[in-house]
Amino acid sequence: MGTSYLTIGGLSASIGLLIYAGLTYMLTNYGFRFDVGWFLLSISPYQWALIGIALAVSLSVLGAALGIFATGVSILGGGVKAPRIRTKNLISIIMCEAVAIYGLIMGIVISGYISSFSATRIEDLALKYRAGYKLFGAGLSVGLCNLFCGVCVGLVGSGAALADAQNSSLFVRILIIEIFASAIGLFGLIVSILQSSGSNMAD
Amino acid sequence: MKDDLFFNIDHGYAEGLCRGFKSGILKAADYHNLVQCETLEDLRLHLQSTDYGNFLANEASPLTVNIIDDRLGEKLVQEFQHLRNVSYQPLSTFMDYITYGYMIDNIVLLITGTLNQRAINDLLPRFHPLVTFEQLGGIAIADTPAQLYTAVLVDTPLGPYFKDCISEHDLDELNVEIIRSTLYKAYIEDFYKYCKEIGGITAEVMCDILAFEADRRAFMITINAFGTALTQDERFKLYPACGYLNPDGLQELRRTDSYEGVRDVAARYPVYKSLFDGSGTNLGDKTIEDKFFEHEVKLNMNAFLRQFHFGIFFSYLKLKEQEIRNIIWIAECISQKHRARIDNYIPLF
Repeated sequence: MGTSYLTIGGLSASIGLLIYAGLTYMLTNYGFRFDVGWFLLSISPYQWALIGIALAVSLSVLGAALGIFATGVSILGGGVKAPRIRTKNLISIIMCEAVAIYGLIMGIVISGYISSFSATRIEDLALKYRAGYKLFGAGLSVGLCNLFCGVCVGLVGSGAALADAQNSSLFVRILIIEIFASAIGLFGLIVSILQSSGSNMAD
Repeated sequence: MKDDLFFNIDHGYAEGLCRGFKSGILKAADYHNLVQCETLEDLRLHLQSTDYGNFLANEASPLTVNIIDDRLGEKLVQEFQHLRNVSYQPLSTFMDYITYGYMIDNIVLLITGTLNQRAINDLLPRFHPLVTFEQLGGIAIADTPAQLYTAVLVDTPLGPYFKDCISEHDLDELNVEIIRSTLYKAYIEDFYKYCKEIGGITAEVMCDILAFEADRRAFMITINAFGTALTQDERFKLYPACGYLNPDGLQELRRTDSYEGVRDVAARYPVYKSLFDGSGTNLGDKTIEDKFFEHEVKLNMNAFLRQFHFGIFFSYLKLKEQEIRNIIWIAECISQKHRARIDNYIPLF
């Protein structure tokens, strides 16, 4: 069906409006009003850090959920005519669950770095902002990595269940693919720990 | 992407179940055993060890091929109905579309019956079992062709196919086979359009299968019309337009007058060229119908190689039908003790 006229119209109208606003600001010498730095500074470091935690947990759980339902339903369907696959294929579900646990761990680790501060000097405030950004980045990286990892493990697990139902020698081989798939979630966890370490919000 | 991520929410269970049924399709080793049988009782014994199980257990001792045919058909209908019952939209509409083809056969049977003043109960056993009597609805009690036409338009989902091409007047006069072909043309084009709307992997798999089906019908209508009173233009009106032959090949087919002419038209399409090359009209060769069946089986088997699409439900039904045809062929050869061509079944896996 492609994009409808309404979608195309809406998109072009908004892009046109943005270009118009940008040109107006620039050509009337009010370009300084578009201040990214002001925007970033006016958000408190607490907000950045806590949104980082929210992203870490919620995106990881989303990935794990997408994976678990993809696999679980195929195990149910395949298990009707081939009941032997039911127990073995729970391994796929456990691997998807691990993805959610990574998110949980990072949520706890990041929240351990948050504490109140009352600095006013700009040199001290800069460190607090640095901590906020680091924790946001850590949360975002682990969340997105786990989202895609969970989906990947789930889809491969679904294929593994259906293939196992046809031919039981295939299961171990497809499990190797799943192990590689779950390794990418681990990468997200490692990078996230590296990002969040060394951030101190305390005075 | 949408296919991969969200297919399993609604259709994962049905797909897993369908693949489970597919694993019960008879393999080469099973056919080998069946071919070795001496009597129909042996056949029953060998079928017990397959996925069919004890489906013939309650039959009285002198088995006939007709009874085996009926029971095989019943089992298939049971499995298909179960899949239909656990399906959600849009899979359920898709599976309904699959049954419309058989509904056309049943309605044509009813039309013939009405024209020949036969009672409904005589015709009931000859209906295809996949279409339930409730779905046929009020058309079963129609007495005249006029009532039948109105009832079909109102009650059955085949109304749109009638509306566009057949008028009430035609029901009296047109040859029944022409009605069947016209309806089938409208049905297959509608099904093709529906699969294209679903999009994704389903569209890729199903449109390929349906395009082949459309071309196969065009070829068979042309070949079977040689020597009958069907003119070229009337023939052209029956060709479905959703295949690979559209539009050039169909125009060429309209103008051909012999089997060689049809061969030449097919020679311009590599797939059909190879099918026609492998067949012949001599006694020992495979006929073009056999080659078409083989190609259809190959397309249906390939549908199972992809995950997250509806094509496997269609292919499963077609493969099981082919399997039933194979078993009945072997059973006929056994019961008539004419084992020369018992190996002429089409192996599936």
